[in-house]
Amino acid sequence: MSTAAAARLAADTPGFLSPTGVEVLFLLVGVVTLGAAIVSVTSRRLVHAALWLVVALGGIAVEYLLLSAEFIAWVQVLIYVGSVVVLLLFGLMLTKAPMGRSPDADSGNRPVALAVAVTAAVTLVTVVVDAFHSTWIDLDDGGPQGTTRVTGEILFRHWVLPFEALSLLLLAALVGAIVLSRRKDGRTGGENGGER
Amino acid sequence: MDVLDVAWRLLAVLLAFLVLPLLVGQTEHKVMAHMQGRVGPMYAGGFHGWAQLVADGVKFAQKEDIVPADADRRIFQLAPVVALLPYLLVLVAIPVGPDGMVGQAVDAGIFFVLAVMGVGVLGSLMGGWASANKFSLLGALRTAAQLLAYELPLLLAAASVAMAAGTVSLTGILEAFEWWWVPWQIVGAFVFFTAGLAELQRPPFDAPVADSEIIFGAYTEYTGLRFAFFLLAEYAGIVVLSALTAVLFLGGWHGPFADDLGWLWTLLKTAVLAFVVIWLRVSYPRLRADQIQRFAWTVLVPLALLQIALTGVVKVVIQ
Repeated sequence: MSTAAAARLAADTPGFLSPTGVEVLFLLVGVVTLGAAIVSVTSRRLVHAALWLVVALGGIAVEYLLLSAEFIAWVQVLIYVGSVVVLLLFGLMLTKAPMGRSPDADSGNRPVALAVAVTAAVTLVTVVVDAFHSTWIDLDDGGPQGTTRVTGEILFRHWVLPFEALSLLLLAALVGAIVLSRRKDGRTGGENGGER
Repeated sequence: MDVLDVAWRLLAVLLAFLVLPLLVGQTEHKVMAHMQGRVGPMYAGGFHGWAQLVADGVKFAQKEDIVPADADRRIFQLAPVVALLPYLLVLVAIPVGPDGMVGQAVDAGIFFVLAVMGVGVLGSLMGGWASANKFSLLGALRTAAQLLAYELPLLLAAASVAMAAGTVSLTGILEAFEWWWVPWQIVGAFVFFTAGLAELQRPPFDAPVADSEIIFGAYTEYTGLRFAFFLLAEYAGIVVLSALTAVLFLGGWHGPFADDLGWLWTLLKTAVLAFVVIWLRVSYPRLRADQIQRFAWTVLVPLALLQIALTGVVKVVIQ
């Protein structure tokens, strides 16, 4: 896109200097989400870290809502806040559930993790900025709506093959997990026990 | 929809949230008493002790708010709110009568309701962990294990109704409802109601708060208003579960004179289901933790999958 065309486009669309209430809210929720995520990985108190993760994941759900992707937002809450974090807390409580700070919560991989995180973030931001530039997507009318109907139609008409492939992959992972967790049982049962 | 309209709707939902759980609680006092050959509360308020729960509320408010010395103060204090608020949010999306008689119609209603209900369990987990008490921790552990087991059948049963109606909006489901859905979805209804009971930790699934084993589970260290919040969350949960079962499986506002008295039908069906919840508490022994797990994975999940298969077959045949 040439600069002249970009300038014309920018003049036609709402600018960044006069944000609407929703945009301000979007940014604020984004800042909260980022903050919660950072606290979550730096906190020495394990259960607090898990609870900050709830805030971060919930913040992302709110962002989806603000982008009118209602279905994705509720699924995010259902899967991540309702199940994944509960599983995490369950694991923590089952092992130690330390009340205070855990001095051993710090890992020697910290610099590597930071490098990976920064690389991933830079890549994603670059890709998104490069893909959309100053494209203005009007969510109120005619834009890509995230309602359940639209999501379902797109998923099951245009993307049905990848969807099925993914479900097969997940099924394989599930079966693998069951096989791994039953390994001790299978060894005593011997080769003839594989039929169960 | 103007601001005044929204305000009225939210006020109505708030009122329902404050009144209905107390009604269920009072009914539980009286029904349990009569089933056990007692009369239950008779003094507070005069007529058959109708104000017993109001008196209880006053008592709770007067109690000292104690936080154990070793507890994680902030999380301990936050937990009751996390347990209670989701049910208020869920009530907003439940349709009571035809023609938009709903706090706020949510497009992905089923997902909204189930997702937000699942968040409430975090309150018990937070409370159980932050109490720094081994009974509380055991209770929280059992709560988490129970939630993980029963979330799946709950979702599958709800998905079956969504398939039948071709929509995930609660109002949309009620608009598509036909009377023969009740026998068609009866297995799903059983699975949904039972799994919901387990998620609320109501008897016979009350191992997480089993008083003879672990005192009162995650709520052991709580007193005063915060304890009352947890109790209120339980009764609000009964209202929400009964209303949802009525809406999804029993046709909600459908019945004779539905145009004028639709809301009454919803309330009536909800009340009958709430009565069943109370009845189960009086009549069933408590299941052990391992029995609870086995029941979820070997009975409810297969039944829910069977219901989904049946729904799919019938749906294809009638089209």
